[in-house]
Amino acid sequence: MTNAPSVQTVNPARPRKRRSSGDRPWTFYVLASLFALYVLALYGPMISIYILSFQDVRGGLVFPMRGFSFYWFNELVMQTRAGDVAGAFKRSICLAALVTVITVVFSFMAGMAFRRRFRGDTIVFYMMIGSLVAPGLVLGIGIGLGFQMLGIPTNWYTSALGAQLSWTLPFGILVMFAVMSRLNGNWEEAARDLGATPAQTTRLVVLPILAPGLVAVALFGFTLSYDEFARTLQTAGSQNTLPLEIWSMTLNVTSPVLYALGTVSTIVSFVIIGISLGMIVLLQRRIAARKSGNQ
Amino acid sequence: MKLSRNAIGWLNTIPLLAVLIPFFVVPILVVLMASFMQTDGFGGMFMDFTLSNYAGIFTSSLTYSLYYETIKFAVLTLIFSSVIGFWVAYFLVFHVRNPLIAMGLFLVCTVPFWTSNIIRMISWIPLLGKEGLINRALLELGLINHPLEFLLYSSFAVVVAYVHQLTIFMIVPIFNSMARIDKRIIEAALDAGASRLDIMRLIILPMSKSGIALGAIFVVSIVMGDFFVVKVMSGGGSASVVGAFYEDVGVLQYPNAAASAVVLTVLVMLMVALILRIVNIRREIAR
Repeated sequence: MTNAPSVQTVNPARPRKRRSSGDRPWTFYVLASLFALYVLALYGPMISIYILSFQDVRGGLVFPMRGFSFYWFNELVMQTRAGDVAGAFKRSICLAALVTVITVVFSFMAGMAFRRRFRGDTIVFYMMIGSLVAPGLVLGIGIGLGFQMLGIPTNWYTSALGAQLSWTLPFGILVMFAVMSRLNGNWEEAARDLGATPAQTTRLVVLPILAPGLVAVALFGFTLSYDEFARTLQTAGSQNTLPLEIWSMTLNVTSPVLYALGTVSTIVSFVIIGISLGMIVLLQRRIAARKSGNQ
Repeated sequence: MKLSRNAIGWLNTIPLLAVLIPFFVVPILVVLMASFMQTDGFGGMFMDFTLSNYAGIFTSSLTYSLYYETIKFAVLTLIFSSVIGFWVAYFLVFHVRNPLIAMGLFLVCTVPFWTSNIIRMISWIPLLGKEGLINRALLELGLINHPLEFLLYSSFAVVVAYVHQLTIFMIVPIFNSMARIDKRIIEAALDAGASRLDIMRLIILPMSKSGIALGAIFVVSIVMGDFFVVKVMSGGGSASVVGAFYEDVGVLQYPNAAASAVVLTVLVMLMVALILRIVNIRREIAR
């Protein structure tokens, strides 16, 4: 293994013969182990709380697992009635859906704008980066104070929506940048040459090509909003979103109810990923079908 | 009617500006304004230009220790997440030969991102706790006699939680920039007699710079703006800049909190500007 580079230098005409499968450099094994460890550290803790959420009455916060039941889920439902977890859940989903739609549309438009230079584009770009990196709680306090000064009550669908967009939009636009770097301007030019109006070019050429990227932006928008905490804290008004509800639970509850909540919210996340991935597959099938139909 | 290029650009950014101006520019200005106001101590503020809020911040030794703690966490998280993120992305792009498997493994890395951060943080409790899995395992193996106390509710736990949450912010942009490196460049370098170290040093590292920079921006701004992870994972042992001014807000000391918020925001913006100075992210991403 160690003489591999020297062989290549001595005989530069046939270096690639050595790279048959099964002949992997030692770094492969080192990095494969690192990767495995990373994945283990990524999933291990989460899986352990999913397991621990199925304990019975005697259950505690640590292993060993004590019994098996749905007791803590039941308990979660009971607490839900006392607090407002169900309402928070509903609000979070509505808010995330709103944020997703707005993020996709606005990021797409801004992404299109940034493909070409226009006067003042650098200012907009840095404003966007500033909005992305500004400490969430600072913005939250600023928005809260601003609403207070204007005498408008803060609410999850006004102030919190705006606060979350100030974070999901820059994120979405950065994703759009990456997606659009693969969008070849020649295709649009070809469409124009064939007599397409700008609207037709966008609808029939650009949007279908960017569709998977837009789904990715949507997915980002949804999860960033569904999980957003710092910016929402001071802007949600009297009615909590789910992360705020979870937060107050982590400070007060020290039973596996917390883990049950974790399991439930993860299931919701997975259902959403499933739907999104399903949409991507469907979109690609449709594109493929259209292609074969044209031939 | 044919619109000019500038007009089209601005028309397309109007929706973005319609969000950024009221929800980023104005709030920052509001906070800036509040930082120069005085408080009556009961949540009321009156306009009487004063620098006393800033004077209070810069003369307090607490401020410096808070910033020391917060920057320490940011730097440690940055180091661990960028090293892990870089090698994970490198492995996926250059060592996994089947693109389908690479994509699958990449998705495996990103899935936890879609679950709640708070839940993911809490999930370390059954592992790191005094009676957690790690302590139990080490006791069983006879490596230690007493459970290790520093595992949970400590600076160690804070860094673990940050790295756990934020490495993904490194992997995705680095993966993205590495995936765009033309493999033929590497083959050309091999043919020209470059060693694998040369390839890493002269091709891969420079070409994934933008990904690392973008990841660093995410990690630094998130850690600097966080107070929740520190609060829970340090068990009250460590404080953070944001945590301190959140407490000010809790007792309605808005001007104090605002001044502290302005200082923090300026610091974060400077750190990000430094990163942007090193790497022109906009050009690199749109490459």
